[in-house]
Amino acid sequence: MKLSYLFRRLVFLVIVIWTAATLLFFIPRLSPVNPIRERFLAIARSTGYLPTDLNTIIASFETKFGLDKPLPQQYVDYMRSVLRGDLGVSLMSYPKTVNQLIGEALPWTLGLLTVTTIITFLVGTAIGALASWPKSPQWVKGMVTPLIVLAAIPPQVLGLLLIYFVAFKLNILPMTGAFDPGDLPNLSITFILDVARHAILPSLTLVLAYIGFWALGMRGMGVTVQGEDYVLFAEHKGLPQNRVFYAYYVRNAILPQVTSLALAFGGIISAGVLVESVFGFPGIGSTLTAAIAANDYFVIYGIGFITILAVGVSMLVVDLIYPLLDPRIRYDRK
Amino acid sequence: MTTTTGMPVLQVSDLRVTYYTDAGRTRAVDGVNLTLYAGERLGLVGESGCGKSTMALALMRMIKPPGRIETGSVLVGPAGDQVDTLKLTEQQMLQARLSRIAYIPQGAMNSLNPVMKIQSQMIDAMRAHNVKGDHDELVRRAEVALESVELRRTVMRMYPHELSGGMKQRVCIAISILLSPKVIIADEPTSALDVVVQRQVMETICRVQEKLGAAVILIGHDMGLMAQITNRVAVMYAGKLVELSTVREMFTNPLHPYAQALISSLPNLENKGVFQSIPGLAPSLLRLPNGCTFHPRCKYAMDVCKTLAPPQSVTPSGRYVFCHLYDREGNRVQQPAVAGNGNAPHQKVPVAEN
Amino acid sequence: MELAVPSKPQRLGPSHRTLVLRYLRRNKSLAVGLAILMFLILFSVVGSMVVDTGTLAYPLAVAPLQPPGAQYLLGTDKDGRDLLAVMIRGIILTGSIGLMAGTVGITVGVVLGFMAGFFGGLFDTITRWVTEVLLTIPSLILLIIIAGTIVDKNQVTIFTMAGVTSLLAWVGPTRVVRAQVLTMKESTYVSVAKLSGMGSMEIIFKELMPNLLPFLVASFVGQLMGAIYASFGLEILGLGPAREPTLGMTIYWAVFNSAMFNQWWWWILWPIVAMVLIFTSLSLINLGLDEVANPRVRRTE
Repeated sequence: MKLSYLFRRLVFLVIVIWTAATLLFFIPRLSPVNPIRERFLAIARSTGYLPTDLNTIIASFETKFGLDKPLPQQYVDYMRSVLRGDLGVSLMSYPKTVNQLIGEALPWTLGLLTVTTIITFLVGTAIGALASWPKSPQWVKGMVTPLIVLAAIPPQVLGLLLIYFVAFKLNILPMTGAFDPGDLPNLSITFILDVARHAILPSLTLVLAYIGFWALGMRGMGVTVQGEDYVLFAEHKGLPQNRVFYAYYVRNAILPQVTSLALAFGGIISAGVLVESVFGFPGIGSTLTAAIAANDYFVIYGIGFITILAVGVSMLVVDLIYPLLDPRIRYDRK
Repeated sequence: MTTTTGMPVLQVSDLRVTYYTDAGRTRAVDGVNLTLYAGERLGLVGESGCGKSTMALALMRMIKPPGRIETGSVLVGPAGDQVDTLKLTEQQMLQARLSRIAYIPQGAMNSLNPVMKIQSQMIDAMRAHNVKGDHDELVRRAEVALESVELRRTVMRMYPHELSGGMKQRVCIAISILLSPKVIIADEPTSALDVVVQRQVMETICRVQEKLGAAVILIGHDMGLMAQITNRVAVMYAGKLVELSTVREMFTNPLHPYAQALISSLPNLENKGVFQSIPGLAPSLLRLPNGCTFHPRCKYAMDVCKTLAPPQSVTPSGRYVFCHLYDREGNRVQQPAVAGNGNAPHQKVPVAEN
Repeated sequence: MELAVPSKPQRLGPSHRTLVLRYLRRNKSLAVGLAILMFLILFSVVGSMVVDTGTLAYPLAVAPLQPPGAQYLLGTDKDGRDLLAVMIRGIILTGSIGLMAGTVGITVGVVLGFMAGFFGGLFDTITRWVTEVLLTIPSLILLIIIAGTIVDKNQVTIFTMAGVTSLLAWVGPTRVVRAQVLTMKESTYVSVAKLSGMGSMEIIFKELMPNLLPFLVASFVGQLMGAIYASFGLEILGLGPAREPTLGMTIYWAVFNSAMFNQWWWWILWPIVAMVLIFTSLSLINLGLDEVANPRVRRTE
C-alpha cells in the first residue's frame, strides 16, 4: 500500500512537470511577438544601429533554435532537450546558457527560501498552537491577528517599508544586494558575516510575510483538534497539560499544516521572486526581473520551468515525509 | 434502607454548574445531591440537553469556560480515604483523575490518539500518575488490563485505526481501570456501537467493575439497557435530579410525573405498536420556567407548581423525588387530576409494527 | 408525535439587536476591517467628486516634486502628478482590477465547481487534475511569464491587468465550490429533495445555492485580495498599465526613480500606506467572516 501511495505522488510530479513544460512551450507560440526580433530591435534601439539584413539574421537564428520546423517536430525536440536538462541559451548574456545563469542564481534563492521557510513554519506553527490553547496567556492569543494582517500585506510592500525605515532612516543594515560590491564570493568569515548582514532584511520580509499564515492555519486546526474526543480523553486520563499539548494536541493539529506546507511552496517561491527583486538579491528572482526587462525569453521560460520543478520536488519530499507523521496514510491512501 | 450495599465511595452534594453565554446564564446542573456505594451501578437518564454529560464532566472537574462549577462538594473514595475533588489543587486533581475517578468516553470511535500506538497511550497514563516500575513492568501491567477486557496483547502495538469500534471502546475501558479507581463514569459508552457489540461491551464494563469493587455511573437514555444493568436509576430534568429510586421501583412505580412519562414511553409487550410520547418539548436551559421546571409539560400541574420549586421528599425506602404531589415522606397528597393548563394528555400514536 | 408548544415562556434573554451589537463588539476584526474599508471607499468617492482626478492624476498636471504642503496636500511626483489625485484614482483603479478579476474568478469557479461536483464523471476527474496541477504551479510566476512575454508592455490597460489576473483566479474557487458541493450532495436535505422529485437545476438553485452563499462571500474577499496581490506583483515588476496611476504603478515609478534615495519620501509612502490599508481591511474582514462561519475560533480570543 505504501508503494502505491509513493507511485501516485511520483506520477503526479511527472504530470506537473510535463504540464509546466508544455505550457512554457505554447505560451510564446501564442504570442504575437517574435522573441528574437524583439531582442534585436531592443539592441537596435539602444545602439542606434539597425542591421539591414535583420530578417536574414533572425531567420538564421530561428533555424539555429529550430523555430522553422513544423510545430509537432518543435514540440518533440523541445521535450527532448528539456529531458536532457537543456534550457537553451540566454539572449541577454549570450553565449551564457540559461542553465549557467540559473546555476549562478539558484544557490542564493535556495538559501534564502529554505532558511526563511523553516523558521517561519516552525515559529508560526508554534504561535498558532499556543494561541489556540485555552490556557495560554492573553498576549499570546492576541498576537495572531496582527501577524495575519502582516501576512496579508504583499511582501514587496513590507520589503520597501523595511528598506525605508531600517536601512535608509536608521542606516543599520545594507539596503540591497547579497554582499558588499567589490567583494568576491569566498568562504572567509568576514564574507559570510557580510552575506548574513545582507540577508537579514530580505529574510525578515519573508518571515513577516508568512508567519501569520502558519499561525492562522495552526490556530484553526488547533481549535478543531481541541474539541476532539482524544484530547478530552487525554485530559480525563489526568495527563499533565504539557503532555496533552505536545503529544495529543500539537501532534495531530500539525498534520494538515504539513499538507498545506506542500501546497504553499508555489506561493513562497513567488513571494521570494518579488522580494529578491525589491532587494536586488542576486537570486533567480532578480535574474527573472532582468530577463523581463531585456526580453530574454529563454531565461524567462527557463526560470519558470525551474521554479515549477522546485515546487514539484519539494511537494514530493513533503509527501514522502507525511506517512512518517501520520500512521493512517500507510494503509488508506487518501 | 436502600438495596445497595457497601460503603459510600462518592458523595455529591449541592453541585451547581453554570454556563455564562452571550444569551444569558445557564444552570446546567442545579443543586444535585447523590450518594454512590461501592459495587453499585447507577443509571443516569434524561432527555438530551438535560445536563447528564455536564454532570459527568463536573464530577471529573472538567468543566471549561464559559462554564463554571459554582458550589458543591464531590467526596470521592471510601471512608478514611476521602477527598473533596472540588477542593483539590489543579495538580492534585490531575492525580485524582483515573486513580480515584475514571471516565469512559462517549465517542469511542475517536477517543484514542490516532498517531500513537495503544501501548504508548496506556503507558502515558501510568507515567502521569507516577506508577513505579520500568518500561517492561508498565507494559506488563497494560497487557493485564487489556486481557481483563478480552483483548489480545498484540493490540498493544497497533494504532487506533487498525481496531474495530468495539475494540477501541475496550481499550478505553482498559485505560480507565489501569489504576483501579473506585468510581467509574461511563457516558453513553456504547452509543456508537452496533447492538451485539454494545451488549458485549456492557458486560465487560460490569465484569471489570465487579472485580474492582468500584461504583459505576452509567449515563444514557436507553431505558431497556438501564433496566438490565443498573441497581438504581436517577432521572434528570433541566439540570435537576427529579427522582432517584431503585431500578425495580423506578420501572414498576415511578413517582415523578416526568419519570412516569419516561417509563410509559417505553414499548412493552402489552402496548406493542403503540408509542407514547411526552407532550411538549424539553425547555431551553436559557429560559427555564418558574416554579417546577417540568410544570408546562406536566399533566398534574397545579397552581403551586408554577411559582414554587418543589422540595425534596424522601420515602422510607430511601427513594427521593422532587414534586409537589408528594409530602416530605413521599406520600401522595394530591389526587391525580388532569390539570387545566391547556396541554393535552398523553397522546397515543400508532407506529408500524416490525 | 405531538409537538405542542408549552405556554410561551417569557423572554428573559436580551433582544436580537443587542446581540448583534454585542457580537460586533467582540468580533473586532470584522468591525475594524469594515471601518477601514468604509474609510477607503469614502475617501475615493468623495475625493473624486472634489478633486479633478482625470487631469491631476496624470503627468504634467502640476509642478513636479513638491513636498506635501498647503497647495499639494500629499505632494507631487517627478512627472507632475498630484499625489492626492493619484491616491484617489489609484484606490479606485486598483480596487476595480481586484473586483473585475475577483468576480470572474468566482463566477467561473462556481460554474466549474458545480458542474464537477454535481455531475461528477469524466468532467470532474479532469477538473480535479487540472486544478491540482495548477495549484502546484506558482501562479504569480506563470502570470509574470504570460504578462512579460505575450502582452505588449506598452499597450497594457487596467482591463488587460484584470484579464491576466483572472487567468488563474478561478482555480481556488473551483476547488472550494467542488468540495462543498460534494459534501452537500451527500447531505440529507439533498436526498430528500431528490426523493421528492426535484430536478437537478431546481436542486442546484433552491437547495445548494443558498447554502453555498456564505462560502462564496468569504471566498470573494479572499479572491479580491488575491487579485490585487497578483496585479500588484506584476505592476511592481513594470508589467502593469504604464499610463494609469494604479497604486502598484505609482510604487513602481517611485522605486524606478529612486524616490527613497532622493528623499522624495511622500512619493513612495502614500501608495504604500494605501496598499497596507487595503490589505489590512480585507484580511480583517476575511478573519471576521471566518469567525462568523466557524464560531469555535472565537472562543480562543
